[in-house]
Amino acid sequence: MNQTPSTQVLRARGLRKVYGREAGLVRAVDDVDLEVAAGETLAVMGPSGCGKSTLLHLLGGLDRPSAGEIWLNGQRVDQMSERALGRLRRDGVGFVFQAFHLMDELTAVENVELPALLAGRSPRAARRRAAELLDRVGLTDRASFLPSALSGGQRQRVAIARALSNDPLVVLADEPTGNLDSEATLDVLRLFEELHEAGQTLVIVTHDARIAATADRLVTMRDGAFVDETRLTGGSTGQLGELAGLTGLDG
Amino acid sequence: MQQEVVLALLAKEPSHGYELRARLGQALGPLGDSMNAGQIYVTLTRLEKAGLVSSERSAGLADRPDRKVYELTAAGQQRVAGWLAEVSWPRPDLTEFHLKLIAAAAAGLADPVAIVDAQRRELLRRLREAQRAAMAEPDGSAAGLLLEGIVLRLQADLRWLEACERNWTTRRKQS
Repeated sequence: MNQTPSTQVLRARGLRKVYGREAGLVRAVDDVDLEVAAGETLAVMGPSGCGKSTLLHLLGGLDRPSAGEIWLNGQRVDQMSERALGRLRRDGVGFVFQAFHLMDELTAVENVELPALLAGRSPRAARRRAAELLDRVGLTDRASFLPSALSGGQRQRVAIARALSNDPLVVLADEPTGNLDSEATLDVLRLFEELHEAGQTLVIVTHDARIAATADRLVTMRDGAFVDETRLTGGSTGQLGELAGLTGLDG
Repeated sequence: MQQEVVLALLAKEPSHGYELRARLGQALGPLGDSMNAGQIYVTLTRLEKAGLVSSERSAGLADRPDRKVYELTAAGQQRVAGWLAEVSWPRPDLTEFHLKLIAAAAAGLADPVAIVDAQRRELLRRLREAQRAAMAEPDGSAAGLLLEGIVLRLQADLRWLEACERNWTTRRKQS
């Protein structure tokens, strides 16, 4: 992967987030350096409470770091005004949450078009874009349904469509399959694979090995820090046959 | 894989070796790629020596081994029936890894948590590969079902590694 700064969509240096003080001090994120290249899928894994969700919130401007720098597409994020940060959350970043966070009183298509409307697009353009996105996630026939009439997997697909509404530089997903059964998980996996192939930059925080395994690169977090990093792409393990027990047919 | 698999493939009807290979290929999909093409013939020869199959050359064809038609003998049919009724299940060998962690920690030779991390990296690479292969199979494919089994087992192993990680990070903090 190219390491020149221009291809890095998201970059963080010496990122820290601490809560409490003295004996009660918690280092939720402890001196994290991070680079995510354009079009890359990065997975962050770690036990619950390791700080991975806090990290994602910092990266997306939902929370401010105690120290360190965050750059999104060459723009320093951590020192932005509230107003600029609000714009960034709306236009630069797409969020996908474990609990979907859809507006219950809005239909699927209304949920998806909302970020575009908030960004000042015309209602017609916003609706057209939302319809496209619902088609992309395979839910055209559910456009006028309220979230309560959708399955968990369908709600998450609506949420993913919404995250894409303003063509974000990066999609940040926090346990996107945490509330889903295995079939719905598979739908979300396929969708993320498609986004990846379309060149979307993705950061996924998860403890679901299946979704982590779709990433190009995986970092493991413990006690707020990155402790392990590995590239999952490139080359076959040559183990598939062995995994199936096909170690020779000679009995 | 066992001789019984080849025997059971023959239970449908008398077949050429290449027909058995085609059936195996369909059941295994991409997993069958690692199989040696000659393996099935080696197995058939052994089964014939053991009296579990008999063979006959197809009429009017050259005497290539390929042209033999194999058939189950009565003993072969009995073996297949016994095999189908047998309850066997592959044992996952977790003990070796478990003891590796204990020995590494006790001797201070290596950090068990680092060993767990390395193992996780490897299993995730395998999971990625198996999952991609599974997703590439059409709905209802026999090979897809087998791949799903592999994916689920790897997930179970990875969950156990999570438990190992929790346990050994706690121990490390206490020591």
